[in-house]
Amino acid sequence: MSATIFEKSHLGRAGINLPKQQVGDASALNRELLRSEKAKLPELSEFDVVRHFTNLSKKNFSIDSNFYPLGSCTMKYNPKVEERIGALDGFANLHPHHITNDKPEFMQGALESLKILENDLKEITGMDAFTLTPEAGAHGEMTGIMLIGAYHKKRGNKKRYVIVPDSSHGTNPATAAMVDFEVITVKSDKNGAMDVEAFKEVISDEVAAVMMTVPNTVGLFNPGIKEICDIAHKHDALMYYDGANLNAILGLIRPGDIGFDVVHLNLHKTFATPHGGGGPGAGPVGVREHLVEFLPQLRVGYEEVKGYFLKDKSSESIGRISPFFGNYLVMLRALVYMQTLGREGMINVSKKAVLNANYILSKLKEHLDVPYDTYCMHECVLSAESLYKKHHVSTLDIAKYLLDFGLHAPTIYFPLIVHEAIMIEPTETENIDTMDYFCQKVIDAVELAKTNPEAFKEFPKTLPISRADETKAARSLNIRWQQD
Amino acid sequence: MPYTPHTKDDVQRMYAQIGIEDESELFDAVPQELRVKSFDLDEGLSEFEVFENFKKMASDNDTSKVCFLGGGYYDHIIPSAIDALSGRSEFYTAYTPYQAEASQGTLQALYEYQSLVCELTGLEVTNASMYDGGTAMAEAALMAIRVTKRNKIIIDGGVNPIYIQIVKTYLAYHDIELVVMKTKSDKVNLEELVSLIDDSVAGYIFQNPNFFGSIEDYTKIIESLHVVKALAIMSAYPIALGMLKTPGELDADIYCGDGQSLGNYLGFGGPSFGILATKQKYVRNLPGRIVGLTNDRNDNQAFVLTLQAREQHIRRQKATSNICSNQNLMTLRATIFMSLLGKDGFEKLALQNYNNANYLKSELEKLPNIKIFNQSPIFNEFVVELPIGCDEFLDKMSQKGFFAGLKLDNLYKNFENRVLVSVTEKRSKTQMDSFVASVKDIL
Repeated sequence: MSATIFEKSHLGRAGINLPKQQVGDASALNRELLRSEKAKLPELSEFDVVRHFTNLSKKNFSIDSNFYPLGSCTMKYNPKVEERIGALDGFANLHPHHITNDKPEFMQGALESLKILENDLKEITGMDAFTLTPEAGAHGEMTGIMLIGAYHKKRGNKKRYVIVPDSSHGTNPATAAMVDFEVITVKSDKNGAMDVEAFKEVISDEVAAVMMTVPNTVGLFNPGIKEICDIAHKHDALMYYDGANLNAILGLIRPGDIGFDVVHLNLHKTFATPHGGGGPGAGPVGVREHLVEFLPQLRVGYEEVKGYFLKDKSSESIGRISPFFGNYLVMLRALVYMQTLGREGMINVSKKAVLNANYILSKLKEHLDVPYDTYCMHECVLSAESLYKKHHVSTLDIAKYLLDFGLHAPTIYFPLIVHEAIMIEPTETENIDTMDYFCQKVIDAVELAKTNPEAFKEFPKTLPISRADETKAARSLNIRWQQD
Repeated sequence: MPYTPHTKDDVQRMYAQIGIEDESELFDAVPQELRVKSFDLDEGLSEFEVFENFKKMASDNDTSKVCFLGGGYYDHIIPSAIDALSGRSEFYTAYTPYQAEASQGTLQALYEYQSLVCELTGLEVTNASMYDGGTAMAEAALMAIRVTKRNKIIIDGGVNPIYIQIVKTYLAYHDIELVVMKTKSDKVNLEELVSLIDDSVAGYIFQNPNFFGSIEDYTKIIESLHVVKALAIMSAYPIALGMLKTPGELDADIYCGDGQSLGNYLGFGGPSFGILATKQKYVRNLPGRIVGLTNDRNDNQAFVLTLQAREQHIRRQKATSNICSNQNLMTLRATIFMSLLGKDGFEKLALQNYNNANYLKSELEKLPNIKIFNQSPIFNEFVVELPIGCDEFLDKMSQKGFFAGLKLDNLYKNFENRVLVSVTEKRSKTQMDSFVASVKDIL
């Protein structure tokens, strides 16, 4: 590691000149109300700070510099025009309390952008309305399950359970628990899809919702999806679409048409907003007509004479789930991307994402185990199980080997239903040369495993650190810098 | 097609490798009857056209007036180095740092962020961010319920009313009793609070300075909470912590706040980020990511995500929260902001906010038909009581070039003529004097 910013501190250095205070000092507060000493923030010049963080940035992989074949994460290129528009004064410096003051005249442009985004997302998903307030995918999931809870409560339904497949993302069951539902996990069939027979055994009138990812997390389209929707609806259980894999189906299928009642989207995946090293994202939630009245505040309306305005709160609304319009500047970037692509561009996204994933699958399937031997959608799942059994080289070992070649590791050990899983999602923005290079490095790793499995302990060798001791990190917890 | 690099030749090579004639074969698993009937979007535009569209929309927003609007979202300085550094694509286009070897930059910055937050709040531990101040408060309430195994939360009337709405929404699905108090004038209603505190209470949430800008001493309240083993949950505007008694010094158990003021744009409300800090003994009850320092196999120091057994991707329905994506890039901006200001600069910034706001307050107090609602000392905002309605006041002031404040009658009952006025270090004496002159003019 580099020295922390605290260790670079020198008494008396300053990184900023504050505006000169032009008024006299106000009378001091009672000592009881004041902090006893200044916060021990480091003291550095602006240049010290710039050099420190510039050097830190060089210790990162990023989509601009590296291929990220991360299954389920849709790490695609983030067009630069998004950043330029997100920085425009009229967006970046717009105060959100014009909303509280109910002064739509100061925010017509922002409200317009939100209305266009809502309309586009409705058309893409086949839903009747969207809330744009959730700030991330998991936040959207929570909002969606709350909406379902409110729906059942109004109808007097007694509901206790949320069904998720065993291949689901961890956020699905965690979300159900956040909204106080119990989780029923349904096993997958040999094709990785939720087992319809097993589903029939657990569905009941006490099930509030069924959360599904389509295509599912092994990258396959579930042929039983329509049947599952129909069975669920017979029990007045609502169908929840986890939008993590929307990149596979843009312009191909719409969750609303199949029978889903609620969807959440991850704009930072499908709609190309930067991942920010872990956030911010945006997780808008779309619903069919019977759930519109429960949507959280705030919602945008439009009338020709009045222009854009904020709708009054519906009496059935679940309330607020974020202060205003969530991560507004993230949504703005997504809209920029969507307008650049347009209809044909959007359809092309899914086609090329699926083509790329199948290209990689076809090149690697003779070298690794293939749990599901069929064409995949936007991502493919392979397994290093045989390699591990024969040569004790694991999925993790291969992932760490790839890092030395500037390739971010694929998603590994997920979905949980595949042993030694390697889940690869190239996205549509990668070119054939990058994919060829990646495949060759995976094949090299497999060959090396056969001849010299011991070598893997060393990887990665060329990065700022080698493999870290995670047990020690948790056992002797050090999560903040302190002066010795 | 924009952003897909496939040439005709590439596509043919890929088809040949896969063994297909056309990419439609890859979609055979999707039944025809489920395929879209409608996909009615506009045609794509060039970057130039898109930029012109959005430039027009941006100009339909008003950011031109002198801003005295606050209420949790403030018009602070944003040093240029923040945009330059957080605008490095090594930071903003990186993925979540699960692969530690490929993410030491993000991880070290987060470790530094956690350290800075601990210094600022006087608390021992914090996580790598929540979505915003409101959701951080809701998670703090859920945390208090986990820690105490009790199910009653009291929220003080001085807490940001929008945060209260978010907490209500989060708690509505659980068997939790939520008591929302009202203030007595601008202060905590102590008699009511005393009558509410007993051993059924999981936590009491308060805000200092409160939503009206008033500063109070919460020492005794926190002591009485601890007598019944209830948690004290403190919300505060991070800039105010540059001078006011910290949650750590007050012996508060959990701190929550919003990080917009630490180098992030107003951005129509987002993205900002939520701060959640607590005592060491509650670290395993924290939601969200945490970065820790350890060694690699060559005994070099290394940063990793740690205590992941609390999180959804490991624990599923038993996790402390469902949060996955957080607001990482905004914490990077805050880290740079705090590093640039440093020990003296941060205190000076807080003091300038305090001095400017108190100057404006004293000048407005001199006007015969204006009353100040606050009885307690204020930090950088205060409530004025007007002889006219809020809307009339705000409209007239906007004609004179000001966003004059936040009208409180949309947030509180019986607050028809009260406006919250906020002042930051960006407001010059000339702007404040002109504000006073304009108020005088219209009243």
